Amino acid sequence: MDKVMSNKKIITLYVLPALLLILAIVYIPIVLTAYYGLHDWNGIGAMTFVGLAHYQKLLMDGMFWSSAGHSLLLAVFSALSLIVYLIVAMVLASKIKGANLFRKIYLIPMLLSSVAIAQLWLRMYHPTNGIVNSVLESLGVANPPAWLAEPSLVLYALFVPILWQYAGFYILIYYAALKNIPSSLEEAAKIDGANSLQIAWRIKLPLMMEVFKVTIVLAVVGSLKYFDLIYVMTDGGPNGASEVMASYMYRQAFRAYDFGYGSAIGFFLLVICLVVTWAIRRATATKDRIQYS
Amino acid sequence: MTLSLEITTATIELKRFHNKDPKGVENVFKKKWTVLLLTLCLALIAAGCGSSGGNSGAAGGSGESGSSGSEGDKVTLNFMHLWPAGVSAGQNRIVNQIIEEYQKENSHVVIKQEVLDNEQYKNKLKVLSASNELPDVGVTWAAGFLTPYVEGNLFAPVDDLLSGELNGKFVAGTTEAYAIDGKTYALPLEFNIAPVYYNKAIFEQYGLEIPQTYEEFKSIVKTLSDNGIAPVALGNKDRWTGSLWYMYLADRIGGQESLAEAITGAGSFKDDALVQAAAEVQSLVDSNAFVKGYNGLSNEEAKSEFLNGKAAMYMMGTWELPNFTTNEDIPQEFRDSVGFFKFPTVDGGKGNVDSWVGGPGVGLFIAENSAVKEEAKKFVEYFVTKWGEQSVTGAGVIPATKVDTASLELPQLYIDLFNEMNQASSITLFADVQMEAGAAETHLNMIQALFGKAVTPEKFAEEHDAAISKGN
Repeated sequence: MDKVMSNKKIITLYVLPALLLILAIVYIPIVLTAYYGLHDWNGIGAMTFVGLAHYQKLLMDGMFWSSAGHSLLLAVFSALSLIVYLIVAMVLASKIKGANLFRKIYLIPMLLSSVAIAQLWLRMYHPTNGIVNSVLESLGVANPPAWLAEPSLVLYALFVPILWQYAGFYILIYYAALKNIPSSLEEAAKIDGANSLQIAWRIKLPLMMEVFKVTIVLAVVGSLKYFDLIYVMTDGGPNGASEVMASYMYRQAFRAYDFGYGSAIGFFLLVICLVVTWAIRRATATKDRIQYS
Repeated sequence: MTLSLEITTATIELKRFHNKDPKGVENVFKKKWTVLLLTLCLALIAAGCGSSGGNSGAAGGSGESGSSGSEGDKVTLNFMHLWPAGVSAGQNRIVNQIIEEYQKENSHVVIKQEVLDNEQYKNKLKVLSASNELPDVGVTWAAGFLTPYVEGNLFAPVDDLLSGELNGKFVAGTTEAYAIDGKTYALPLEFNIAPVYYNKAIFEQYGLEIPQTYEEFKSIVKTLSDNGIAPVALGNKDRWTGSLWYMYLADRIGGQESLAEAITGAGSFKDDALVQAAAEVQSLVDSNAFVKGYNGLSNEEAKSEFLNGKAAMYMMGTWELPNFTTNEDIPQEFRDSVGFFKFPTVDGGKGNVDSWVGGPGVGLFIAENSAVKEEAKKFVEYFVTKWGEQSVTGAGVIPATKVDTASLELPQLYIDLFNEMNQASSITLFADVQMEAGAAETHLNMIQALFGKAVTPEKFAEEHDAAISKGN
């Protein structure tokens, strides 16, 4: 096996299919998007070159910045929720009864398709028949809000299913990382008289810090380009109160038929994601890595 | 796809981290992730197959689409439409019937269907036209929707069909909506107006009568909302639904002409009467006229409020008629209790009670670069004729071709509305269909904002004029 793998030609052969695919599906479209973004184009007819006019418009576009604000808020909430997931994962990884069952329960939302989740929560949030308002009413709340129609509430109402959807994914990653910490370390700490809180805080957390950092990047970038539940559940409404960057891009391109501007937003979104990723990696970089032994 | 990419990066990171780890832990770990990744890839592939399988299943809906491609001199026509069996059962059945008959009469033609739901249909059409791969025959909307496709030279003119066998068969004013610069680019299938449907049982219970004036309408709203019944079902997440209400108020207060001129850009939305109409929308909102959470409900959700008897009124196009007349899925008792009224006149307004908001619904286009254009034209001609004959009784829609209702046995509600349509003093085409895409988007956003009281009527008017004068 080692012999085969050291052959440069074989390596090229093995890497090529994936490379071609990723070029065709990811990188070439990115270049094309950048190209379209410099043109006035309705998606069908001729393109006219307008230079950076779309980006100029973008910087002045109040709707875009408010949707960017919503995306950022989602990113903050996703990042904060990671702490909760981490705690859940730690509880699940310790030897409690039924941990296996709970792990599966947490994972199930991840297996549902976004549209199914959206339909489920649409029904739960229904202003008059939904379970959320029915419960609130039976608890004596006189006039429970129409969650998805109230501009001040809609964004937070949407965050709940979005965070719920990805909980299983992060818990799984943390769980895997926790299981990978040698139990000898934990035992040694126990012998030294550490309680479980101290073990979690001083032993487990530092050892899985690298994983934690990766998940922060995943959560933040994933939130910045988030689209599906919002598109199905509110379509960015009412009055753009739940619009995020990706849904705004979709609206410009596919509703207003302004593919040039839509492409410019898409490319700008990519730039934002790259900058944010770089900033997070930079901010969380540590010089000395902790080693097991 | 994105998910698997994310996981790949995660794996790489995890591996890098664990390279520091001696002993066999790493191997076990790696194996776990490889298995997980493999499963994920498989799942993605399976998902891909699944969805394409679903599509082809829908496409084969005719039951005998048979083998594609051309055996001998067989001609394959691709036909894309938006009547899935689940949502539009009546229409779907007729489409399949017509296709079956056509294939029987023309054995050399095979028609392949692709069926999508309304919004998806619009998106797919857009994508296909960008890559110049439109189906031979497809469904389009009128006016503003049509314009970019015609400008992009994607639709073939069908004037020769109009002057041929179909000459004089269409209801006056229907084909004009599909004409640009004197050429017609699609043949209309339906013709719709939007009345206010109401639940007779609820009206009776509270001793209410059909409103003749807007004042009476407002007192009905008050009575109903005082009694805890939602007066009007409105799903304004979809936005064009609210547009109907604004258009009627504008029509009744300012008259049909000022509304029509404002939409085309000849007039202005800043016209006092039109601003007053916008203000009137907000006063309806203030009097709790609309069902709770209307700005977050889709049209389908709002409709179910009406169908369940939770809301007393519902303004919608005549395409909903089957649900109130022939659709067996809806209880007979409810269907019998649905009536309609014309949007009442406003005191001192210039509007006529016989002026309607409506217009042709969808029409059939033929792709300009279709390899089998002549065959496609023949099929469209056949389809339009048959549709006119069958859709009345089969689906309960009002076709754009002339029908003799006297010779058919039809539900009373249908006949009444059909007669109203023939007596209409004017029919204003739905604003969002009439405007071009960019302006229509502004209009729809502004409608939602107006109903949500996020803009003032003055600002509402200003934004409209700005978008329409920009002209894209």
